[in-house]
Amino acid sequence: MATQIVQHAVKKPERKVTVGKSPTRLAFERFFRNPLAVAGVIVLSLIILVTIFAPFLTKFSPSTADIMNTDSPPTALHPLGTDASGFDNLARVLYGGRVDLTVAFAAAFMSMFLGTLYGGISGFFGGWVDNIMMRFVDIMLNFPFLILVLALESIFSVQGVWILVFVVGVTAWPGPARLMRGMFLQLREQDYVIGARTIGCSSWRIIFRHMLPNTLSFLIVLVSFSVASYVGLEAALSFLGLGVPLSVPSWGGMLNASTGYIQLTTEPYAWGPPMAMIVLTILSVNFIGDGLRDAFDPQSKA
Amino acid sequence: MADVQTVEQGKIAADKEKMPLLVVRDLKKHFPIKRGLIQRTVGHVRAVDGVSLSVDTGETFGLVGESGCGKSTTGRSILRLIEPTAGEILFEGRDIRKMGSAEMRRMRRKMQIVFQDPYASLNPRYTVRQVLEEPMLIHNLFSTAAERKKRASQLMEIVGLSPSRLDRYPHEFSGGQRQRIGIARALAVDPKLIIADEPVSALDVSVQSQVLNLLDDLQKELGLAYVFIAHDLSVVKHISDRIGVMYLGRMVELSPADALYSEPLHPYSQALLSAVPVPDPEAKRDRIILQGDLPSPSKPPTGCPFHPRCKDAKDICKTVVPTWEEIRPDHFVACHLYS
Repeated sequence: MATQIVQHAVKKPERKVTVGKSPTRLAFERFFRNPLAVAGVIVLSLIILVTIFAPFLTKFSPSTADIMNTDSPPTALHPLGTDASGFDNLARVLYGGRVDLTVAFAAAFMSMFLGTLYGGISGFFGGWVDNIMMRFVDIMLNFPFLILVLALESIFSVQGVWILVFVVGVTAWPGPARLMRGMFLQLREQDYVIGARTIGCSSWRIIFRHMLPNTLSFLIVLVSFSVASYVGLEAALSFLGLGVPLSVPSWGGMLNASTGYIQLTTEPYAWGPPMAMIVLTILSVNFIGDGLRDAFDPQSKA
Repeated sequence: MADVQTVEQGKIAADKEKMPLLVVRDLKKHFPIKRGLIQRTVGHVRAVDGVSLSVDTGETFGLVGESGCGKSTTGRSILRLIEPTAGEILFEGRDIRKMGSAEMRRMRRKMQIVFQDPYASLNPRYTVRQVLEEPMLIHNLFSTAAERKKRASQLMEIVGLSPSRLDRYPHEFSGGQRQRIGIARALAVDPKLIIADEPVSALDVSVQSQVLNLLDDLQKELGLAYVFIAHDLSVVKHISDRIGVMYLGRMVELSPADALYSEPLHPYSQALLSAVPVPDPEAKRDRIILQGDLPSPSKPPTGCPFHPRCKDAKDICKTVVPTWEEIRPDHFVACHLYS
């Protein structure tokens, strides 16, 4: 018994002063134990790498036509053939990813930023401020989205990647705004937020140190799901001819170029790859989003 | 002349010494009930309807009552976490309701709160060190990080936790340990008053007594005053000097703890006390079972708010609100049976 006590006393100083793992770190550890989510990360990383290193994978530029080989089927020179103008399909698929991913990520971050700002203010202050701000969100949410995009596109009268990001960003924020407002309303009543007030924190400190970090997990999940939907949205808008100009390669634009009956039946090499890229991107981003949501789920305790 | 002045000053000083740390006079908090498209106010929930109490330095004031009687709202209104509708809150003789936001923030140093739910009261993304050092940073208590570190370690020791765990996150602690961290956070700014809002009701019974003893020790060491809110009378008895019993947003009885337990005057206090379990299976006692439910605080009964459930109700109880009277020294009650 006595030796036991001595041993215990000797052992104690050896115990290291350990630093705890933050909830975010624990969540990411859980995330990387989810095989589907990890597969999503791998596929998405591959797609991103391929679009970044496009110049090393094809010698053709997506915007210079090979006039001698228009409407070419797959050959050694053009593995995915060329389109009616002689643009190399492989080059357009690879470079097109840049546009699609840029638009999707940038628009997701923009709508998240606007939504968090708007919803955060609305939820934090509550009362009549919240009432007025949320009525405006209701109007925005009920506004037909495509018509609004059409109107904005025609106002700017030029097409381009950043115009598209802006248009998607300013039309898509009401959804995130409403969700963030709910989060802030809920957090406002949390004891630790009230506790922050009793120790004398200013409103800004409460928002930025106590509330916003605790919406982060929710935001990350929201961003991942909106990236998936904006990839689809970009493709849809480009398909309708409302996206980027045709001279800029994009997956949706390639689909738009292959809408003819002849192309659909005889040139699957032209529309198959961009379609596969869209599907793969959306799927992998969705798997990542699912994984993040499960990892951050407060119910699952590590 | 000079003599008179010094005598006068001495008198004022003596008065100040006698002056309780906290005086609450006729505190009211009415929550509006809003309906319809334009959010018209159609009524009020009288959560707190004229509560008066005082707390001396180093004293524990127990506040008891059943769920929904306005105990927590009273506690939070005293700290202006909920803006009171009416009444005076004098802390060290100054009305904190008249303070601007900057002055109020400085004042918060002196009055702190300990919450009921130890799982919700700590920011999950803060390490314990951040939790403890934030109040010091806000009130500029120390000029160097080393001093803050030292104080944080000291606070951990005061509440009986190892300073080696300062860099851990709240989720790595048990409920009782988190409650200790919550107490340490409240102590970080050297407060004079702590509102303890049911600080042990979310804990296991074995841990409850540890936390209660900690609160008791801290009071003796640091001369803290507590407003101890609870619905468990055995817990309150253990710790309180004086006890106030609340019913439907009003104080119905206020007396020294011993007097309340030996001889409760208000029928509601009698019913509450008869419900306290006795650790003796042989003991048979007459329980006063309250009939009916707690009325809605948006439509309190006329006259004495307790009359629909009172076993001794008389005709006058239905129409006239009983006055707050000192029946015996320091023993106040609002009941027609004693007037």
